[in-house]
Amino acid sequence: MEQHRSHIYGVMAEFDTPDQLVHAVEKARAAGYRRMDAYTPFPVEGLAQAMGLKRNMVPFITLLGGFAGGLGGFGFQYWVNVISFPMNIGGRPLNSWPAFIPVTFELTVLGASLCAVFGMLALNRLPQPHHPVFNVKRFVHATSDRFYLCIEARDPKFHIMETVRFLQGLDPHHVSEVMDD
Amino acid sequence: MSTTRPPIDSPAIRRLTTVLGPGHTFGSVTDKISSIVLTRPTSFGWFVGFAMAFGFTALMTIAIGWLFIKGVGIWGIDIPVGWGFAIVNFVWWIGIGHAGTLISAILFLLNQKWRTSINRFAEAMTLFAVACAGIFPLIHTGRPWMAFYMFPYPSTMGLWPQFRSPLIWDVFAVSTYGTVSLLFWFVGLIPDLATLRDHATTKAKQIIYGMLAMGWRGSVRHWHRYQSAYLLLAGLATPLVLSVHTIVSFDFAIAIVPGWHTTIFPPYFVAGAIYSGFAMVLSIAIPLRKAYGLEDFITLRHLDNMAKVMLATGLIVAYGYFFEFFMSVYSGNKFDVFLVNQRLHGPYSHFYYALILCNILLPQSLWSYKLRHNVPFLFFMSIIVNTGMWLERFVIVVISLTRDFTPSAWGRYQPTFWDWATFTGTIGFFIMLLFLFVRVLPAISIAEMRELVAETSEES
Repeated sequence: MEQHRSHIYGVMAEFDTPDQLVHAVEKARAAGYRRMDAYTPFPVEGLAQAMGLKRNMVPFITLLGGFAGGLGGFGFQYWVNVISFPMNIGGRPLNSWPAFIPVTFELTVLGASLCAVFGMLALNRLPQPHHPVFNVKRFVHATSDRFYLCIEARDPKFHIMETVRFLQGLDPHHVSEVMDD
Repeated sequence: MSTTRPPIDSPAIRRLTTVLGPGHTFGSVTDKISSIVLTRPTSFGWFVGFAMAFGFTALMTIAIGWLFIKGVGIWGIDIPVGWGFAIVNFVWWIGIGHAGTLISAILFLLNQKWRTSINRFAEAMTLFAVACAGIFPLIHTGRPWMAFYMFPYPSTMGLWPQFRSPLIWDVFAVSTYGTVSLLFWFVGLIPDLATLRDHATTKAKQIIYGMLAMGWRGSVRHWHRYQSAYLLLAGLATPLVLSVHTIVSFDFAIAIVPGWHTTIFPPYFVAGAIYSGFAMVLSIAIPLRKAYGLEDFITLRHLDNMAKVMLATGLIVAYGYFFEFFMSVYSGNKFDVFLVNQRLHGPYSHFYYALILCNILLPQSLWSYKLRHNVPFLFFMSIIVNTGMWLERFVIVVISLTRDFTPSAWGRYQPTFWDWATFTGTIGFFIMLLFLFVRVLPAISIAEMRELVAETSEES
């Protein structure tokens, strides 16, 4: 079995409809599989719950980005006008904070947006040029009209024959082995 | 109201006006949209259109090149009208962009399904409109190679930008808007780029789309974070889009020039921006669905809804005009009263009347159900509204500046050939970018259309 594990990334079942996939994921979890991933051409409702995914870090990172942008933006304007180069403009106070709000707001949005996008990409480990699932020829349909469940070899319950048999019992369109390289 | 028409929410009407034509599957929407980019041969009409747009883009580069050599004296601007076409066009273009963000962000938060097939090219329109808008203040500075003065950088003089000035707020608002629009657009594109990678017909396409898709594989964990990020971006873009035209209106409202110094400007600028933006989305959607046979995806329901949004925002704009007029007269301020008089009877009054005709009177035809479903008429109306909104900016900028406080300082404004060349050039540039966009990227979000297929099949 050891020798298989070094070559095989996992076993992948292909389904025709999103509902079949959600049921398959529920059954796989009930059967005790944990190290698995589902691949779909669009976000399927209920799939994340079936996989047991709860909250993710993206909102928190976005919040941090917003804080950094907002505080940094206001702080910078304060520093410029009060500390670095104080100038009397029409007798207004040096810290004329209402006039600093538009730029503060824009930088809050900018910081939060940049963190939302790049945080999401970083947590997803993207860009990632290659992944073993791409070794499966049929996987091109994952970005079109098919739905995939891949049970990975690193799952403690994984056993090549049994896992294939288990997946075949879920009425898939096709089951294939995913080679690691 | 005719009695023969069934109630709006009846199944009969819904079938007539669905957001997606019948009989589509995950595969069929994927094939139909991706084939436009991947397998469909480039038509002769595309080349003709592209060549014309490219010609105007060349005119724009010549006009800007000549400007760099000779300076802003080649334009019609002078004292007292120092703002002229550059600012008129800047405000017009940036306003057009607003509908794209409205469709992609606000309608997303409001869970409006009909946005799905129009959001992608509306966002592209936003980006291209912001690019066109950005050109104008830059070349209007006179010494564009010094444009970096607008950004805070540690200079040897120790000077910083004046953060109390709306013009600096503008720099931050427009550059943030451009950046966030680009992010939003790109995030939406990632799954579709993966689709194009997997359907690519040549090695080169596979490599290019593959690099842009960054290895997207549609993992449920990825989608989970992706949806969070997309929702957050929509939530962030919503106040942002409202802030951008607000800040643009501050450029005027914070000045003391009669006709500019009013508190109604921010909301009425935002409404006007959405008004002109939806008109531009219609001007693009109508030829696009015709040329690529996308009538199943961009249905009459979409056109009808956009016409309704146009009508509603047009009424807000009309309300703005009325109160601008009323407050000027009611205030009793003699400069404001004089300005109203100038708009109605001054040397540029025909622009004002044309504006009322294009923005208020003619769009009332959209109350008619029949006319909202008449596609050529809608296209005509969208051009009218775009013209009207351009006239509005012209009226605001030019009439106020030519006749302000002291008669000895009055003047006239006459745009020159180079003003027109730059303006029409940016229109050509905008159209050229759209032509390239529909050729190399999916003009409709494929992943979201699949979601729509899943949702509509559940319903039926």
